[in-house]
Amino acid sequence: MAAILEVSGLTTVFHTRGGIVRAVQDVSFSVEAGETLAIVGESGCGKTMTALSLMRLIPTPPGEITSGTVKLAGTDLLALDEASMRKMRGSQIAMIFQEPMTALNPLLTVGRQIAEMVSLHENVSRRTANARAVDMLHHVRIPAPERRAREYPHQMSGGMRQRAMIAMALACKPKVLIADEPTTALDVTIQAQVLDLIDDLRKELGTAVVLITHDLGVVAETADRMIVMYAGRKVEEGRTGELFADPCHPYLQGLLGSIPRFGGAEGARLREIPGTVPALSDLPRGCAFAPRCNAAVGTCRDAVPALRPKRSGHTAACWVN
Amino acid sequence: MREIVYYGRRYPLGVIGAIILIVFVLTAIFAGVVAPYDPLTTNARASLAAPSQTYWIGADMMGRDMLSRMIHGSRISLAVALGATCIGSGLGALLGLASGYLGGWFDLIVQRFAEIMQSLPLLVMALVITASLGPSLVNTIIAIAIPLIPNVARVIRANVLSLRELNYVEAARAVGMGQTRIALVHVFPNTLAPLIVLATAQLGSTILTEASLSFLGLGVPEPYPSWGRMLSESAAEYIRSAPWLVIFPGLAISLVVFGANLFGDALRDVLDPRQGD
Repeated sequence: MAAILEVSGLTTVFHTRGGIVRAVQDVSFSVEAGETLAIVGESGCGKTMTALSLMRLIPTPPGEITSGTVKLAGTDLLALDEASMRKMRGSQIAMIFQEPMTALNPLLTVGRQIAEMVSLHENVSRRTANARAVDMLHHVRIPAPERRAREYPHQMSGGMRQRAMIAMALACKPKVLIADEPTTALDVTIQAQVLDLIDDLRKELGTAVVLITHDLGVVAETADRMIVMYAGRKVEEGRTGELFADPCHPYLQGLLGSIPRFGGAEGARLREIPGTVPALSDLPRGCAFAPRCNAAVGTCRDAVPALRPKRSGHTAACWVN
Repeated sequence: MREIVYYGRRYPLGVIGAIILIVFVLTAIFAGVVAPYDPLTTNARASLAAPSQTYWIGADMMGRDMLSRMIHGSRISLAVALGATCIGSGLGALLGLASGYLGGWFDLIVQRFAEIMQSLPLLVMALVITASLGPSLVNTIIAIAIPLIPNVARVIRANVLSLRELNYVEAARAVGMGQTRIALVHVFPNTLAPLIVLATAQLGSTILTEASLSFLGLGVPEPYPSWGRMLSESAAEYIRSAPWLVIFPGLAISLVVFGANLFGDALRDVLDPRQGD
């Protein structure tokens, strides 16, 4: 299948008092229709900034997308003017956020907010828009959708609000849904429900999903492919199963090594990654991971490794492995 | 209708406030019918008459019936109070919304202007404006409304600054909503609570500012009565000999402010769906 979303060479920087912060550097990836791509990495590695760059929601100034293209079904989003971009948001590419508790306007009913979004993009009557809102709430498996549509956000639980957000994001059947840590603020049982829901809707509507998460368990469950980010760069990419079975980059090896498992040797310590993510305003000259890497050699500290094809069909940016 | 009954039971104080306001507004509208005498007819024999069966709340120095003057005075006082508060709060809220939401150089300029205006007392500002516009009812309302703008603008701006950072504003952008629409539909309604509190608090001070302006001859011109002028004209001279000249206009002003506060508090709660369960 052809890629619906093609990102190449995306670079986003922030001009701050402390200098230029490179939040996203030369990131490229593509997503096919109906596919789930996970973007994983620690906090501060540029996952959310990548997502916001795709939506062109980077606060400008101080942020700025300095180069790259984001092609959605052939149209370069970065080349559009703001009015055309606004038409794309919601109808072609939509995003759901981490914090469902505050992502809905407390003064409007949930149904009204979804209907507003529908009538924003489609020339339909108020009644049709309301009917669509109820229909979408039904789609995201909210019980008694007619009644719930007339309720206010505070009358709903966190999981239900996140589902309402998903309903809103998908109401106009966008080609790409970006889910930025959609389950982080929810408790575990609800997490599974919401992930299942996103997955079902993806199959049903053929929406491509970009799932941003730091939870590798979530990735293993839902993603077809994944990319690993570190300090604003993509360091590894491949099919989820292959990457889990055979990680190339020491960073992914470290991440996988730090997950507790059932059946591991009793009393065995988890292997954590020493140190923390370097400040994006003050990156080392070579590989950003080198200071924390126990496999690092001289070259690692001198030059940034390029992404190269590695064994079993995935790519990684590492001098050593 | 059912909703009114429902909220009426929940907020009895709000109902009392609404009744007070309605009674005053009706009195003002039907002043000609309700007032027992002409408010401008003098009667030398009734000068400073104490409250009696003829003059229910007494008569002033010129023998004009106090009750009739108060009833007619409510027209001017309420027009000034409501008019100035609505115009001042409305413009202030819009300015604050634009200032807080747009930010940047617009915000900078608006805020510096607000500071300059705030450094002058309300009365002095109103004085300068009426002096340049000339005394009339409309000019009085304008003169009192303009100094209110910076206070409201600053409070609303501060509120908008915090609202702007909330997730649902970003979420609204993420579904393709335009800036103007987000500001008006998603940000502005959330600033109503502080706006209502502020507006009801200002209602009283506008009545008193009008009184001061009238006292200085810059408000609504003589001989039309207003509560503020009735109060300020007689306060110094007659508080001992004819206290009813002071007590009743003062009472009317307090009652309107009190009613507006009660009503405003209830209104703020009713408009917030989170309080509705």
